[in-house]
Amino acid sequence: MTKPLVEIQNLRVDFPTASGGYNPAVRGVSMALGREKLGIVGESGSGKSVTGRALMRLLPEAARVRADKLVFDGVDVLNASERTMRGLRGGRIGLILQDPKYSLNPVMTVGAQISEAWRAHNKGGKREAREAALNLLEQVRIRDPRRVLDSYPHEVSGGMGQRIMIAMMLAPDPAMLIADEPTSALDASVQAEILKLIDDLVSARGMGLMLISHDLPLVARFCDRVAVMYAGQVMETLPAQDLHRAEHPYTRGLLDCMPHLSQKRARLPVLTRDPKWLEQHS
Amino acid sequence: MTKPMIEAGKLNVHFGDNHVVHDVSFSVAAGETFGLVGESGSGKSTVLRCIAGLVDSWDGVLAVDGQQLGHKRDKAFFQRVQMVFQDPYGSLHPRQTVDRILSEPLAVHGIPDAETRITKALEEVALPRTARFRYPHQLSGGQRQRVAIARALIANPSVLLLDEPTSALDVSVQAEVLNLLADLRQARQLTCILVSHNLAVVGHLCRRLAVMQGGRIVEILTEDQLRAGQSNHAHTRDLIALSHELEG
Repeated sequence: MTKPLVEIQNLRVDFPTASGGYNPAVRGVSMALGREKLGIVGESGSGKSVTGRALMRLLPEAARVRADKLVFDGVDVLNASERTMRGLRGGRIGLILQDPKYSLNPVMTVGAQISEAWRAHNKGGKREAREAALNLLEQVRIRDPRRVLDSYPHEVSGGMGQRIMIAMMLAPDPAMLIADEPTSALDASVQAEILKLIDDLVSARGMGLMLISHDLPLVARFCDRVAVMYAGQVMETLPAQDLHRAEHPYTRGLLDCMPHLSQKRARLPVLTRDPKWLEQHS
Repeated sequence: MTKPMIEAGKLNVHFGDNHVVHDVSFSVAAGETFGLVGESGSGKSTVLRCIAGLVDSWDGVLAVDGQQLGHKRDKAFFQRVQMVFQDPYGSLHPRQTVDRILSEPLAVHGIPDAETRITKALEEVALPRTARFRYPHQLSGGQRQRVAIARALIANPSVLLLDEPTSALDVSVQAEVLNLLADLRQARQLTCILVSHNLAVVGHLCRRLAVMQGGRIVEILTEDQLRAGQSNHAHTRDLIALSHELEG
């Protein structure tokens, strides 16, 4: 295997508390990601989003980030200059967030926003940028790209908004995409379409994908590998197709507590949290 | 069949020139939990909001407990019918403590014994006593949704309208809230309508459900038909197939 795109070794992130101490959010996470699709799954507060943001150095200044190694494509993220980081963020690494309603600028047309993203990382004039935006909208399979180009975010549906976000992230031709709960604000049917789109684009362009979500089965369907996080640590990492053979009781618990259409149950099993899961792994 | 608790007949809703709900009719028996499923924009939440009295531009027939509903509802109606919304972040007042949030319905409806009722309501939704004087931002998402449920139940309603009550929650918390809802409706003999786009959630709580598309009910199914995939409408079959696919 060639050198991985992302190398994380013993990442620790702490947030300051009001009383002057530190609250650990990520406690020693190690993972490597090549040009593949890695899912990070866990409940809210498990540190999955913080891990993704640490890689882009997008955490608030007050946060304490330490790692033995935090490298993206040869760049040491912890010690890189702000200038280098600006090239990474939105350039080499694209970030897709949960709700397009909040991540798109409400007072700019869709075309202007995509053009802006394109011009920030490419050389070219306004007209070229607009052409590029149109092309990108076609790539994310928007039916009437010319009309969408001149609309405002409130005029498009949630699914379309997310396609626009993806188009914007693809503008600088990134090497990696971090998708943080990209479909949680969407319907089941739109969810599947968006994930399929991300999947196709990532495969076609040979990008790396980090898909962060709380929905285990969903992630397993679209990723090659799944890392399950709990309380700031990775509980287990396993190939997605072996998910049903997961051994860790936490993973089993997450799988079990979902209602299933094919199976009738009077009560849903509730996750019992073993204090042992909190112990620091070596 | 016993007398229906909730009835909708030829319900139509217009928002300006937009005709968003077309001739929707269904009835829900007392003690039953009825599901409304569909994609966003199918009109399922709008139907629920008409029953709750939050949408005014409807015509047709709506009745709760045999009484026809007008466009203006009296106070007794708002005690009998309560609603739980999707996002507990948005539906609780950020600058009111849980105690204040729970006292409000009691004050509005002139219900005495606030002290004991609030303690009991917190117990019923399995919130610790310490939660009583916290603000919503000091609670987790699941705890917040429990507060929203406690607020809905504290006025002792007979009808509970649930609009995507678990879609903003983690799956582990979703399981707890679904169990809680199942227990409460049993203990209090509640009649519920559950709106959701998640078929598995609806199948878990509802014995009967309506599938909506483009503002119309395309089909009414029983839970068993849903689970067995016995459907006569293409849209329902698509939704069921998708749900099975996502379950893996």
